[in-house]
Amino acid sequence: MTTTTLHDVRFIEPAKTRNYLNEDYGFFSWVLTRDHKRIAILYLISVTIMFMVGGFFAMMMRLELLTPEGDLLTSDTYNKFFTLHGIVMIFFFLIPSIPAVLGNFILPLQLGAKDLAFPRINLLSWYLYIIGASFGTYVIISGGVDTGWTFYTPFSTQYSNTHVFATTLGAFIVGFSSILTGLNFIVTTHRMRAPGLTWFRLPLNVWALYATSIVMLLATPVLGITLIMLMIERVLHVGIFDPALGGDPLLYQHMFWFYSHPAVYIMILPAMGVASDVIAAFTRKRIFGYKFVAFSSLAIAFLGFLVWAHHMFVAGISVYSAMIFAFLSFFVAVPSAIKVFNWTATMYRASVSWQTPMLYAMGFIGLFTIGGVTGLFLASLGLDVHVTDTYFVVAHFHYVMVGGAVMAYMAGLHYWWPKITGRMYPEWWARLAALLIFVGFNLTFFPQFILGYLGMPRRYHAYAPEFQVLNVLSTAGASVLAVGYALPLVYLLLSLKLGRPAGPNPWGAVGLEWTTSSPPPKENFHETPVVTWEAYDYRGMMKAMGETQNV
Amino acid sequence: MSDLAFEHGEEHPPHPFLQHHFEDLGQQHEASTLGMWAFLCTEILFFGGVLLAYWVYRIMYPAAWALGAEQQNTLAGGTNTLVLIVSSLTMALAVRSAQLNNRRGTVLMLILTLIFGTMFLGIKSYEYHAHWMEGLFPGAHWHWQPKDPAISALTPKVQLFMVFYWGLTGLHALHMVIGVGLLLYILARAWRGDFHAEYYAPVEVMGLYWHFVDIVWIFLFPFLYLIPHVGAHHVG
Amino acid sequence: MSDSLPPQGGHVHTPLHHVTPISTYLTVFAALAIGTLLTWYASTLDLGMMNTPIALLIAVIKATLVILFFMHVLHSTRLTWVVLIAAFLWLGVLFVLTFSDYLTRAWPIY
Repeated sequence: MTTTTLHDVRFIEPAKTRNYLNEDYGFFSWVLTRDHKRIAILYLISVTIMFMVGGFFAMMMRLELLTPEGDLLTSDTYNKFFTLHGIVMIFFFLIPSIPAVLGNFILPLQLGAKDLAFPRINLLSWYLYIIGASFGTYVIISGGVDTGWTFYTPFSTQYSNTHVFATTLGAFIVGFSSILTGLNFIVTTHRMRAPGLTWFRLPLNVWALYATSIVMLLATPVLGITLIMLMIERVLHVGIFDPALGGDPLLYQHMFWFYSHPAVYIMILPAMGVASDVIAAFTRKRIFGYKFVAFSSLAIAFLGFLVWAHHMFVAGISVYSAMIFAFLSFFVAVPSAIKVFNWTATMYRASVSWQTPMLYAMGFIGLFTIGGVTGLFLASLGLDVHVTDTYFVVAHFHYVMVGGAVMAYMAGLHYWWPKITGRMYPEWWARLAALLIFVGFNLTFFPQFILGYLGMPRRYHAYAPEFQVLNVLSTAGASVLAVGYALPLVYLLLSLKLGRPAGPNPWGAVGLEWTTSSPPPKENFHETPVVTWEAYDYRGMMKAMGETQNV
Repeated sequence: MSDLAFEHGEEHPPHPFLQHHFEDLGQQHEASTLGMWAFLCTEILFFGGVLLAYWVYRIMYPAAWALGAEQQNTLAGGTNTLVLIVSSLTMALAVRSAQLNNRRGTVLMLILTLIFGTMFLGIKSYEYHAHWMEGLFPGAHWHWQPKDPAISALTPKVQLFMVFYWGLTGLHALHMVIGVGLLLYILARAWRGDFHAEYYAPVEVMGLYWHFVDIVWIFLFPFLYLIPHVGAHHVG
Repeated sequence: MSDSLPPQGGHVHTPLHHVTPISTYLTVFAALAIGTLLTWYASTLDLGMMNTPIALLIAVIKATLVILFFMHVLHSTRLTWVVLIAAFLWLGVLFVLTFSDYLTRAWPIY
């Protein structure tokens, strides 16, 4: 470990060191930057805004569902709100969140590289994101879209009179942003690793981001071409997916879910990577079964492509095909379970420090497990027929996407915040927010499992009166959740001014990103690091710390 | 992917086209080609998606598909296939010349590639024009009807075929246009003498892209021009 | 060619990678041209069920030639092979699983 040489700069004010934040000033030094760290910050700002937009729609829906009658929103407005909530959260927040923000910042640091392989393409991908998001914003301002985030045909192509074209164009463009990010990550991981950094010395976060990139690269183009066909059909009024003109709407669903099921793994795989790094750092241990966890990321990336038609069990696909897809769906659970077991085994008999990132990581494991297991219910043919298009499905995928991906995003954001900004966040407030998010989340979505099982259908603005109690609980939970999400926004921003200087390695964590100063210099490392230690070599670090540490 | 601005490494002047975040030209070359291969993976799935839809409907409506292919100018399509194959050969030779420090050869072969690429687009526009005049453009402008009124029920399905025809060839032509634009850029750099045995990754990457576009056409030609009549032969 | 001097006078530039002989390129080109004519000729024959498989086979062979020789995959790293095979594997998944629906829809349900 090179920690000894870095101790002398430990408590220096970030502003007094030369780093990527004060290397250059001015608007254009940011929007024309090719520095992966600055691009990560651009992404951070963009996805945070989109998260607030998506959150607004969610809040309005929960308020509407406070009472059984449709008294706050008309059914049309409600249709638009759940559609926009889904589109904004999935395409403009969840998919870019961990890879494009945290991955962009951390991946080159973890690899000991000066930048991603293609810095200009990295900037281009942010601009594509912004163009796509502009289409999304245009749609929101000019009256919305009501197809559901899935754009199912023939409603989206023949009947809906809302802004389907602009929305799908936005989703198409933002897809390319995601492809370019994935491409950059794959090449960087293969070609830019520091000397000595072999594959099995990589942090599991890198493995996870690599697997995510595979999914981005191979799934997103299919969505792109599907949306193009949808746009062609909508403009020319030909029947690519219209049964009246010889098309097959199920083909749209096949092609859409070929992307959109793996898209869930674009969200959850990097979350698993963050969880692995955080758990190792706060248990002071190497992740148990490192190679299993590493390869299970790749296994998920592949198996995730074999299961898509479990979204279509009641849509009229062949029963035989449905049985195959149900069967294959169970396989994805195996590598996911391997990860959960190995994280748990890592914590076994470890001295765990319960700082905020670890709290979020614990929340992630629990909520993701619930989300994953209920996914198995849904992949079972018979049960799926019972709960399709009910709140059970809504609860399930929110446990995976919010309970899983967003929790891990928050874990990663707190874990690497000192590295990104050079300052610590306030621990007490952060723990409070983590607690509020955990409680609020469960209060919001657990009642929805029950509601769904009892038969409350999704995507309606009114419901039968007997469902009201559980809906009120859910809305109350959503309010707690909103406060929980608002808190970090405040204290993280304040910490930019008030936080105490973090020093290069505030967690005493292992990994190349912690060997450089915080915030890192523009070229990341003053000299190219040479790696001679294994991943998560906490035993070696403890030994070194025992010799040098005197704090 | 050239980056003239490099900030560090004043000790001994690095190669002018070595970007600052790479150690050496070898690493940069490997990164560029891997990047293009990864991009081509995306492209394979991109074309693969629309080909999937094409095959689903081809299996559903074999008669309409055969009738649609009959409306194509096989001579033009076949000629174009040969034109593209020649352009692939010249492109491969351009890369080879760059590998061997042969600036003049690289420039010459790139110009030839450019000529054949443009020729392909010319023939394609001629075909497009003919289809447009015959009313074979899907949508409001469609006014084509089969000559034999007995099979006029096939018309909407033929229109579906033509959606895929225009979509696939249009997507391919778009790739050709982008390819021609990239060729002009690479040609200018080759003219300036940028490339040599140690630094020819841009030519190589250009070649990979160009050959990929050629491969797409190798499949599109039989898929869109040469569809057999299954069962009911010689209908229409 | 007189113009084969490297622009960075003084340095010796050796190719980074395998240089394919011109004869190989020409042979591949001839095979591709013959393949094109063959695929056209085969389409004029009535081979019953075999027309489509033959056209596909010729196209696959032509594409393989381009990939192996023009795109230098034959002399590329193992990684290039992996990347390429992955793309076709995923394409195969897309086709096979989608057709697992279309081709079994008409089967009776017991």
